[in-house]
Amino acid sequence: MAQTPEPRSAMQPVLSVIRLPHFGIGPKIAAVVLLAIVIVTLLANWLAPHDPLTMNPLMRLQGPIEGHPLGTDNYGRDILSRVLIGGRLSLAIGIATAIVAVALGLVIGMVAGFFRTADAIIMRMMDALMAIPSILLAIALVALNGPSVGSVIAAITIPEIPRVVRLVRAVVLAAREEPYVEAAIALGSSMPKILVRHLVPNTLAPLIVQGTYILASAILTEAILSFLGAGVSTETPTWGNIMAEGRQYFRLKPELILWPGLMLSLCILSINLLGDAARDMLDPRLKKRAG
Amino acid sequence: MIGYILRRILAVIPVMLLVAVFVFALLRLTPGDPAAIIAGDMATPAQLERIREAMGLNQPLHVQFVTWVGQLLRGDLGTSLISNTPVTSMIGARIGPTLSIAVLTILMSVALAVPMGVIAAWKHRSGADYTVMAFSVLGFSVPVFVIGYVFILIFSLKLGWFPVQGFTPISRGIGPFLYNAFLPALTLTTIYVALIARMTRANMLEVLGEDYIRTARAKGAPERTVLFRHALKNAAVPILTVIGTGFALLIGGVVVTETVFNIPGIGRLTVDAILARDYPVIQAMILLTSFLYVLVNLVIDLSYTFFDPRIRY
Amino acid sequence: MFNRLTATLLASTMLAGAAWAETTVTAVMHSGLRVLDPIMTTAHITRNHAYMIYDVLIAQDSDFQPQPQMADWEVSEDQQTYTFTLRDGLVFHDGEPVTAADAVASLQRWAQNDAGGQVVMDRTESLEATDDKTITWVLKEPFAPMLDVLSKQSALPPFIMPARVAETPADEAITDYTGSGPFIFVQEEFQPGISVTYAKNPDYVPRDEPADWMAGGKVVNVDQVKWVNMPDIQTAVNALSGGEIDYIEQMQVDLVPLLEGDPNVAVEVREPTGMQTMVRTNFLHPPFDDPKIRQAALKAISQEPVLAAMIGNPEFYQICGAVLGCGTPLGSETGAETLVQGGGADEARALLEEAGYDGTPVVLMAPTDMVALATQPVVVSQALREVGFTVDMQPMDWQTLVTRRASQGAPADGGWNIFITNWMVPEISNPISNPMLNGRGDDAWFGWPTDETIEALKEEYIAAADADAQKEVAEKIQAHTLENVLLVPLGQYTLPQARRTAITDMIDSPVPVFWNMQKAE
Repeated sequence: MAQTPEPRSAMQPVLSVIRLPHFGIGPKIAAVVLLAIVIVTLLANWLAPHDPLTMNPLMRLQGPIEGHPLGTDNYGRDILSRVLIGGRLSLAIGIATAIVAVALGLVIGMVAGFFRTADAIIMRMMDALMAIPSILLAIALVALNGPSVGSVIAAITIPEIPRVVRLVRAVVLAAREEPYVEAAIALGSSMPKILVRHLVPNTLAPLIVQGTYILASAILTEAILSFLGAGVSTETPTWGNIMAEGRQYFRLKPELILWPGLMLSLCILSINLLGDAARDMLDPRLKKRAG
Repeated sequence: MIGYILRRILAVIPVMLLVAVFVFALLRLTPGDPAAIIAGDMATPAQLERIREAMGLNQPLHVQFVTWVGQLLRGDLGTSLISNTPVTSMIGARIGPTLSIAVLTILMSVALAVPMGVIAAWKHRSGADYTVMAFSVLGFSVPVFVIGYVFILIFSLKLGWFPVQGFTPISRGIGPFLYNAFLPALTLTTIYVALIARMTRANMLEVLGEDYIRTARAKGAPERTVLFRHALKNAAVPILTVIGTGFALLIGGVVVTETVFNIPGIGRLTVDAILARDYPVIQAMILLTSFLYVLVNLVIDLSYTFFDPRIRY
Repeated sequence: MFNRLTATLLASTMLAGAAWAETTVTAVMHSGLRVLDPIMTTAHITRNHAYMIYDVLIAQDSDFQPQPQMADWEVSEDQQTYTFTLRDGLVFHDGEPVTAADAVASLQRWAQNDAGGQVVMDRTESLEATDDKTITWVLKEPFAPMLDVLSKQSALPPFIMPARVAETPADEAITDYTGSGPFIFVQEEFQPGISVTYAKNPDYVPRDEPADWMAGGKVVNVDQVKWVNMPDIQTAVNALSGGEIDYIEQMQVDLVPLLEGDPNVAVEVREPTGMQTMVRTNFLHPPFDDPKIRQAALKAISQEPVLAAMIGNPEFYQICGAVLGCGTPLGSETGAETLVQGGGADEARALLEEAGYDGTPVVLMAPTDMVALATQPVVVSQALREVGFTVDMQPMDWQTLVTRRASQGAPADGGWNIFITNWMVPEISNPISNPMLNGRGDDAWFGWPTDETIEALKEEYIAAADADAQKEVAEKIQAHTLENVLLVPLGQYTLPQARRTAITDMIDSPVPVFWNMQKAE
């Protein structure tokens, strides 16, 4: 079982789909757009015309009016301010998920790839985790811990881990066969040393690419969790929960879905394009190492 | 090879067992009390306690687990705590909509995506290529409910071509079925077209670089024959893989469209069950979707051993 | 039994098919039907279902007065013996006649679970079927609200089932859905949480009086009623505009404008008394174990922003400080001035200061998956913070909330300080049945106040000789309730219904009923 070559696992084609051509100007535009979104989000506190939490229920669901360029939501809060500030938590959840998933996946994948005894058990657990539809798993996890920011991050992260583990394990398995690693083993280098010095660097490039995709999909998943009623509190706006609350008012106030939806889509689109570009750039190495 | 196949099939058992343990542990650690949902808001604590006792929720966890696995082995998925209906019949009543929309989605996606991918690969780095690729990245980047609402706004409310909600089983005629199922399927198609088009393109590009294609072209074979007879045929296996995996993912991933279009499918059944802590239903649904996923993967993995001569075990 | 039922059904459908086109009314109800035992749950959807397929002995009319439905009654001179006589022509869906023994078995099962039923049973000397048609109920002492308890449509109404069904233990769900009501439950088409179908009961004999509220003749003019559940009300609105459905039980007020101007749709209020939304605090733990701090919370809140955020259009909400509800016989607004007019913030700050509030965080539970309860916590949190409370608003799903509110532990330890819920006004309009006004500590409703005064006042209410005396006591109850802050009323609202104009002759009623209505082709 342990010898099953990774590249032929069923998910691999789905992952490799992500290999993309040079868009030429595409990634550059994407970089500019993403940078703009990040800057706007970082400066949201100063750019936002209002506090995103201050309500005025008597001025709810107003169209664009004086002082509220995008109008107000169902509590009479300023939509523009909420969309601007909502980006902060959306991005933060995405970044946190990417970092935690990659870090945990790296450690688990290393162990699986390097220690034959642990491999079978770890990989069966990863198979099991992957088999559970990720959105259902995430909803159940949020139900378990309550929809705090931390538990939403955990709920999005856990289903992402197996993919990272598989990737890391594949790279480690391939690298183990490399002469210099075999030499290091033969020379009796300590295990941690081999792992850190020889194997981790090999995984970096594919992990960066994988990390960007996790970032993009985490932002999307947060929105879907909110939509299904398992998102973070309305007192901590995200693009996702603004849309989720706004969906009841979609026909009256489409701004509540369209604006955060546009920001979120642009953001994910740019991240995906940049991820594709990074993948292309690193392609030769990826091809050789990860198949 | 037979040994390999057997090993792969046997490997399904520990995976499914692990899924069962995961799900059971996860659910029982989650705060919630199905008895409270059944009894309603005005119930007294004593009444709640009696209902809990009657439902067997007061038994120790390991006893509940053993009971459940015992039932499973006898092919009994249990009875819903809330509606007192056998889980099998609940799933039976609701898998139809989910499956039929999933199939329709796959059909529409393949019909659109394969030609798109072929053209993109053929006209590599042309405007057509970039358009296809841009569209496919877009498909990954917009939340599916936003797409659903935009479609409803345009096709149902503005143009009045399709109903805004609901589902008609295929048994009442293909026309009525499509009338209801087209928009949800189209919504999901935007994602799967993206996936399949990218896959097709990537594999076509690889195959088009191979020697035999150059040979065929040099021999003066018409471009259409080269593309579809030679190249696509050879790129077919990985494309089929994506379609297969996509199908398995779809079964678990229709939750959102079922909510947007009010389709009585198994996705919503599961989410409702999670919110109501209807343990037998959640357990059965997650086991079932996981099993389907594992099964599809198994079939795909095994098909490689048959179709791809480069793989030998 | 079952064959007979199927045969009846078949016959009725065939007959209908032959003579005239089937009329089916498709209705979107406020929630999906999942639990089918109306004695197990107080959920409104199950009660509404039960009114379709079961009948009740007596029922309330629009003046809140009990009227005969299945039975007439007589009360003895000493007010201790009630004799109910079943009317002729009552038949269960399986063809068996309804007997007094069926009624007695049903009442006994009901009384085990219903709080009002328990109070009656505590005072019951005997309850028996003296012959096939007569139920004799003897009390140990006079109990003035007796007929109110039997005719109420709140919590658990006493539905009459066949004795063999009513013999099911009260904590076990029934599995046989034979009733004697105007509709028959179509088992094969039931999809829990999704849809339920009712066929007209061809053998039902309605009373001669016109339908009035829950009383009077239940004349069914349609062949079939189908309830479907749509979790997203906007979907339902779209479907109603498109003629895919006939009726929406509860509209979201914000969406009403979408239906205005559509000549085929009418939006109206069916049940004017509506619902009460309110805050409950936990009396066991700081800071709300201190009456001054509870009072500060009450002063901090003003109803208008809460209702505006929740409902929007003021036509559909009513600012109301009455614990027992406005528009009811006993409603009074004493002590609710700041709730009604706002402006209590300074008083609240002073009270907090005086009580020495130390910034202990207040855990406010906010459900995320219940539309009708999602907005109030957000507005209340803001109001409490403004006067100096530290509020920890914790979002959670409804299931977690109902589990957690049962915990008497400290808020930091899986307990809670505040949550918000809604009641139908008839459920809370009587001090005896209003769950908030139970001051018996651990036996009280979640929040567990120990309040001897309120218990004494309720005894006084039961003993009150006439309506005027009752009203006087109710006034005292109102004043005391807000003084001790057993609850903070947040006001009343009504959710309008919407129907295709092809549906006519719907009656006003607190429970949506499908008798009397007509559907034009």
